[in-house]
Amino acid sequence: MKAFLSQTRSELRLSLRNGEQLLVNIAIPLLLLVFFSAVKVLPIPTGVEKRVDFLAPGIIALAVMSNAMVALAISTGFERHYKVLKRLGATPLGRGRWVLAKIGMVKILLILQIALIVIAAFLLGWNPGGTPWLAIPAVILGAFAFGGIGLLMAGTLRGTVTLALANGLYLLLLLLGGMIIPFSEMPGFLGTIGRVLPSGALSQVLQSCLRSGAPSAGSAWIMLAVWAVLAPLAAVKFFRWE
Amino acid sequence: MVSPESQPAIEVTDLTIRYGDRVAVNALSFVAMPGQITALLGPNGAGKTSTVETLEGYRRPTSGSVRVLGLDPVAEHRQLVARIGVMLQSGGVATGMRPAEALHLFASYYDDPIDPDELLDLVGLADHRSSTWRSMSGGEQQRLSLALALVGRPDVAFLDEPTAGIDPAGRQLIRRVIADLRDRGVAVLLTTHDLEEAEKLADHVVIIDHGVVLADGTPTELMRASQGDDVRFGAPSGLDVSSLGERIGAVVTEVSPGEYLVASAATPSMVAAITGWLAEKDLPLADLRAGRQRLEDVFMRLTADANANTPAPVSSRRRRSRR
Repeated sequence: MKAFLSQTRSELRLSLRNGEQLLVNIAIPLLLLVFFSAVKVLPIPTGVEKRVDFLAPGIIALAVMSNAMVALAISTGFERHYKVLKRLGATPLGRGRWVLAKIGMVKILLILQIALIVIAAFLLGWNPGGTPWLAIPAVILGAFAFGGIGLLMAGTLRGTVTLALANGLYLLLLLLGGMIIPFSEMPGFLGTIGRVLPSGALSQVLQSCLRSGAPSAGSAWIMLAVWAVLAPLAAVKFFRWE
Repeated sequence: MVSPESQPAIEVTDLTIRYGDRVAVNALSFVAMPGQITALLGPNGAGKTSTVETLEGYRRPTSGSVRVLGLDPVAEHRQLVARIGVMLQSGGVATGMRPAEALHLFASYYDDPIDPDELLDLVGLADHRSSTWRSMSGGEQQRLSLALALVGRPDVAFLDEPTAGIDPAGRQLIRRVIADLRDRGVAVLLTTHDLEEAEKLADHVVIIDHGVVLADGTPTELMRASQGDDVRFGAPSGLDVSSLGERIGAVVTEVSPGEYLVASAATPSMVAAITGWLAEKDLPLADLRAGRQRLEDVFMRLTADANANTPAPVSSRRRRSRR
C-alpha cells in the first residue's frame, strides 16, 4: 500500500510539474472553452441557447482525452524509452501496482481538470441540464477508452513516434469528435465516422447528460463501452515493457 | 551445517541464450559468492548484459539454468526482486525526477530501506536537491542509479558497467561504495570491459567472449596461471629484435607495437643485459615486468585466442545475423 501511494504521488507530482502536460490537460481546454464561448465563430447546434451550454460538455470530453490519452501516452512512452519501466520491473513495486498508480494519477488529474472547467463554465453562464450524475460513469468509461489507446501507443511504439501520433490523433479526434464542432455541421460521412470514434461517443454521451434538449445517446453509450473494453484489452495484450 | 558463506549467491549452469540465429551466450557456467565482488569481464558484445538480464529475470534462458539466492529469476520473480538491487547501463529514472524524490520513491518499495538522505550523502548527491535527472551529468546519473540499487538493502547487487564514461573522481567514489557493499556481505556482480576496474575491484573475475567463459579465478590466479618464464618490456617500436636476441641469448618478439617479450627467466643478469643493450643504443625503457603480467595481458591473449579458434561456421553465422 505504501509503495502504491508513493508511486501515485510521484506520478502526480511529475505530471503537475511538466509544462507540456499542464498545457494539454488544463490550459488548452480552458482556453478553448473561454474563447469559443465569447467569440462567435464556431457553429452551435440549433436550439442551443448559449454557446457554453454546448461547449462545456465537449470540453469535458476533451479534457478526458487530453489526460488519459495524450499526456498518458507521451509520458509513458518516454518512461519506456528511458528504461524507467524496465527498472521498475526489478523492484517489488510490480506491474499491477504500477498500472493502478497510473490510473490513480489520471483519476486525480481528471477531478482537478473537470473542477476547473465546471467553474469556468459557470462563470460563463453555463446552465447544465439533462441528468448530470450520468456524466460520472461516462467520464470513467471515456478515461478507460482513451487510457487504453494511450497505453497501446506507449507500449508498442518508439517514444518519439508516440509523441507525434498522440498529438496527431488529438487533433483528429478533437475535430471529428463533436467536441467543439457539432456533428450537424459536418458532411454526412464525416459525421458518421465521428460518431463511432471514442471522442465522438464520449461527447455525444456527455451532451446527453449535461444539456437539456440534446439527442439521446443510447448507441453512443454502447460505442463508448465497447471502446472502454477493447482499448485496454488491446493495451494489455500488446504492451511491451522495454 | 553449511555456513551461509559457502552457498553461492548466483549460480549459472550451462546458460545458453539465443536471439533467433545468433548465440549470445553459449553454455556459460560460473558462480558468485556472498561477500565477494565478481566481475564479468569481456569486450562489447561478449554476452555480459544478456547474462545479467537473465539473472535479473528480464529474459528466460534458451537452455541451461540460473539461480539467484536459490530462486528462479522468472518463476520466483516476486521473492527475488525484494532481495536484489539493479543498476542498468543507462536510464531507469523518469527525466523529471529529482535525486531525493527518486530515492524516497524507491525506498517505499522495500520493507526495510536505507535512509534515502544518508544514501544521497554517501553517493555525493546531497547538494543536488533541485536538479532533475535530465539536467544531471552522466556521472551523477550513475551515482544515483547506484544509490537506487542499494536502497532496499539487497543481498545481491547487479551493476551493469557501473563506471562506464565517468570521471576519475566519480569512479573512485563508486568503487568505494561497491567495496563497502562487499564488506557488508553482499554478493556483487558487475559487468565491465574495463580491465583496470576488474583488476582493482574484483575478488573473482570471469572473462567471457562470444558467450563462453575463457577464464575464471581471482585476478592473482589469472595473472599467475599464464605466467611463464619470460620478461616483458616496453620500448620504442621497431627495435631490431634479432640483434637484441643474439646479444642476450634469448628469443625476443615484439608482441604488439612497443611491447616486447623475452623468452627467458627474469634473472638479474638477463635484466641487466636487456637494459645494457638499450642503454648502448640510447633507447628509453617504458616499463619492465618480470614474470607477472597484468590482467590486460591475460585478457588480450585469451580473447585473441578465442577469436582465432572460433570455428568458421559460427563466425559466418554471426556475420550474417549482424546484417
